[in-house]
Amino acid sequence: MQINANRLTPYIFLAPAALILAVALLYPIGYMIYASFLDWNPSQRIGEADWVGLRNYANLLEDESFRESFFVTLKFASAVVVLEMIIGVGLALLLDRSIRGMSVLRTVFILPMMIAPIVVGLMWRYMYHPTVGIFNQTLKSWGFESIPWLSDSWWSLVSIIIADIWQWTPFIFILALAALQSLPRSALEAARIDGASPWQQIIHIKIPLMMPVLIVTALLRLIDAFKVLEVILVMTNGGPGLSTEILSLRISRTASEFRELGVAAAMSNLLLVLLLILTIAMFIYNKVIENRAANVHKVAEEAS
Amino acid sequence: MNGIFTRQNAAFYALIFVMIVMSLGPIVLMLSTSLRLNVEIMSDTSSLLFMPTLKNYETVLCNVLWYTPEHVEYCNPTFARSLGNSLIVALISTVITLIVGCMAAYALVRFKFMGRGTMSMTTLMMRMVPPAVLLVPVFGIWTFQYGLDGTFAGIILVYVAMNLPFVIWILQSFIVQVPIQLEEAARVDGATPMQIFFLVVLPVIKPGLAAAAIFTFRIAWNEFLLANALLDRNTRTVPVTIVNSLTEHDIDWGVIMATGMLLAIPPIIFTFLASKQIITGMTAGAVKG
Repeated sequence: MQINANRLTPYIFLAPAALILAVALLYPIGYMIYASFLDWNPSQRIGEADWVGLRNYANLLEDESFRESFFVTLKFASAVVVLEMIIGVGLALLLDRSIRGMSVLRTVFILPMMIAPIVVGLMWRYMYHPTVGIFNQTLKSWGFESIPWLSDSWWSLVSIIIADIWQWTPFIFILALAALQSLPRSALEAARIDGASPWQQIIHIKIPLMMPVLIVTALLRLIDAFKVLEVILVMTNGGPGLSTEILSLRISRTASEFRELGVAAAMSNLLLVLLLILTIAMFIYNKVIENRAANVHKVAEEAS
Repeated sequence: MNGIFTRQNAAFYALIFVMIVMSLGPIVLMLSTSLRLNVEIMSDTSSLLFMPTLKNYETVLCNVLWYTPEHVEYCNPTFARSLGNSLIVALISTVITLIVGCMAAYALVRFKFMGRGTMSMTTLMMRMVPPAVLLVPVFGIWTFQYGLDGTFAGIILVYVAMNLPFVIWILQSFIVQVPIQLEEAARVDGATPMQIFFLVVLPVIKPGLAAAAIFTFRIAWNEFLLANALLDRNTRTVPVTIVNSLTEHDIDWGVIMATGMLLAIPPIIFTFLASKQIITGMTAGAVKG
């Protein structure tokens, strides 16, 4: 009896989690794949929806506005990742010293990431306000023309990129700083003794050694950039026109405004496949690095 | 030599100061806007000096205050109600996620089920799924099959499921560090597996629980998209209310900033209380942890 109870324990402990994940995560994702082959609107039960095969996908590939928001997504994601990596890693290299202020700085820096995306969107929408916003008021008091931050299609993309940089550069800064401070001191010491200038140290030693962490960081940020929705929803709601309508926003609008759940599901699937490729790339990269590290370790051990 | 050193240090601290101002600026601006009346915000003669007023907060919380604010002509109960809803949803989902996640993490570590590799794979996969992707299936299933649309139970179920992989994963790394001798001693003393778990293991992994709790709370507290799809007028959370009160023109910035501030306060408090744990959670996955 006692043995039996002990054997069952792990299953009892795992059961609630397994049940919840199956009911509320795996099943919905499977359901979505099925729904992407249906012509389905929100007032129908799924059984009443018509099977349309690959028509949703075919329509999407021909759909001008879907292609538009696909490119907007790519533009947005690549711009924020590149800019945030440059600023974040740059700041980390500049501030890589042990001082007391650093822990305060880190605390202040994670605030933008902790606050609700809705509220972040709200703050920036207010700051970009054409008349009472702080940016245009400053420009006006300095005697410049005001800028149509959220009402011009080019500026509005720039505006959402700036807001995202504000919110997420700290993430890259913190990771890059952690990577920098865990670099082997001996390599840096050796470079300094050999007379390498600070620039040479950064380019030839620090950056290459940080590379594994930096690449994973960039990929994580890229994956997250595809998920940004609320900030843009509050600031521009995808407009003007389709200039800031990134894919996840389009999915939510297709589902709620145009009431085409099948199309939205097909779009979700495409987005998911795209992200899956990125994630798998990241995993393979991680494995390769690990193997290489293990090999180096083995060789070093054999040599000694 | 000494001169160069101090000058460098001055530039260094100046840079840190600029960074702090840039990252706090928008938050401080939101706070100061929430302390002003809309007429004052909209007038062109805005200055940094103004008389702060709590009237916007009184408007937001009008029906739960112990007094009736004089300036509120019509008391809109939506804000206060959604604040209550948000609290209920976030707290309950956090508690359930922690209990369920803790048990699963414990079983995975102690009974050597799946390796940590499988779990970190699942966590990463989960991190990949955008909430927008869950929108369609969750809406369909919750409305037509589970009958959970518009209820707290429905939204809590989604949040628990969304957070579980991450919570299990982060707790695993803390449970691995609990010495097995501690548990064996308890077993010799005649404790059942349940007693061992609740009385021996849980107290030891408190820091891990704190980190997991903050992350779950944050997601449940801040989430908009699924809440918007699933909840109805009476069960709405604060993010949904904020988006609904945003119109094209005539936004009462003072009141909406006050609501935003109320939504932002709990995460801000957590950040100052437990920034170390938050950074651990945030960076886990990129740097080996």
